[in-house]
Amino acid sequence: MKQNHMKELTKGFFEQNPVFVIALGLCPVLGVSSQVSNAIGMTAGVFFVLLFSNIIISLLRNVIPGSIHIPAYIVVIASLVTVTEMVMHAFVPAVYNALGVFLPLIVVNCIILGRAEAFASKNSTFDSALDAIGMSIGFGLALTLIAVIRELFGSGTITLFPIGGFSGVIPIPWFYDNPVRVLSLAPGAFLVMGFLKAFFAWKSSRKKVK
Amino acid sequence: MTYIAIVLTFIFINNFILVQFLGLCPFIGVSKNSENAIGMGASVTFVTTVASVVTWAIYYYLLVPFNLQYLQTLSFILVIASLVQLLEMVIQKISPPLYKALGIFLPLITTNCAVLGIALINITSGYNVMEAFTAGLAAGLGFTLAIVLMSNIRERLDLQPVRRSFAGMPIAFVSAGLMALAFMAFDKSLITNLHLV
Repeated sequence: MKQNHMKELTKGFFEQNPVFVIALGLCPVLGVSSQVSNAIGMTAGVFFVLLFSNIIISLLRNVIPGSIHIPAYIVVIASLVTVTEMVMHAFVPAVYNALGVFLPLIVVNCIILGRAEAFASKNSTFDSALDAIGMSIGFGLALTLIAVIRELFGSGTITLFPIGGFSGVIPIPWFYDNPVRVLSLAPGAFLVMGFLKAFFAWKSSRKKVK
Repeated sequence: MTYIAIVLTFIFINNFILVQFLGLCPFIGVSKNSENAIGMGASVTFVTTVASVVTWAIYYYLLVPFNLQYLQTLSFILVIASLVQLLEMVIQKISPPLYKALGIFLPLITTNCAVLGIALINITSGYNVMEAFTAGLAAGLGFTLAIVLMSNIRERLDLQPVRRSFAGMPIAFVSAGLMALAFMAFDKSLITNLHLV
C-alpha cells in the first residue's frame, strides 16, 4: 500500500513527466523560461493551482454530475487561478509582471485539466494530492532545466530572487562574456525544447536496447 | 495605434505562436497535414475574432460598472467555453459544409491559450472595440500563417531521412525554432519605419 502512494508521487518526476513525456502545457514552458526566477514563479503558481484543484475535485468527484463535469472543473480551476493572481500581485509584483499573460493562462494549461480529468476524478483525495505534488515537481524540473539552459547560454547569468543587498542576478564567468543571444530570445525556446526532447528520446531508446 | 499597425503587429511582429508562444498545443498536435492545419487555423481565427468582441463587451459593460475586474479570468474562460459551444450549434444549423470542415476542431479550441490570450491582451492593451476586433482577427490570421507553414514543413519532413531520436516532435520544434528565427526579421522598427504610429 505504501509502495502505491510512493508511486503516485514519483511517477510525475520522470516516467510520466508532464512536459517531456506527456507533452502537456507547453505554452508557459516556452513562454516564461527565459529567466530562472520566472520559471520558479510559474512553478509555484502551477503547484498551488494543481494541488488545490486536485484536492477539491477529488472531494467533489461523487457530487459533480457527469454531464457538466468539464465546466465545473473549469470554474474550480479559474477561481484558484484568480486567487493565485491576486496573491502574486500583492506579494511578488516583479514576478507577477514578468509572467504577464501566462499567469491567468494557467486556467487553460492542459496539465491541470488533464490531471483533474484523468486522475483526481477517479482517485482518493490523498492520492490526488500526491499526484499533484509529483506532477508539479516534474513540471518544475522540466521548466527549470529549460530556463537554466536558456539563461546560462543566452545571457550568461542565473537570475534568482533579490534578497536584501543581493540583486538576485548571478553572472557566470565565461558564459557572461560569450552569450549565445538567440537562446534567450523566442527561437531559442523552440530549439532548446527540440534538442532536449531528442535527447530524452535517444536516452529512452538506448534503455530499451539494453 | 492605427489598424494597419495592429494587423502587422499581431501577424508578424508578435506572431502568437512563434513569438508569444500562445496556442502551441494545436500548433504541434494538428500540424501533421496541411488540410487539418487550414481547418484549425480557420476555426481559431473565427473564434478569436468573435471572442475578442464578446469578452471586450463583457469587461467594459459588465465587470467595470460593478467593479468586478478581478473576475476577468473566470468570466472570460466561461464565456469562451459557452461561445464555442454556441458557435458549434449555429454553424451546424446554418452551414453544414462549414461544420463538416471545422466541426472536429471547435471543441479543442476552448482550451487553446490563444483565445483566452487575445481576450486578456485586448484588455491590458486598452484597445477599443474596433481595435479589439482587428487584433482578434489578426492574431487568428497570424496563428493560421504559422500553423499552415509548419504543416507544409512537416509534410516534407515525412519524406526525409530523419534520425530516429529526432523523428516526430523534436524535429518539429527545431523547425519551429528556425521559423521563429526568420520571424525575428520583423520587429517594432517596421512600424516606425512605415510611419504607422
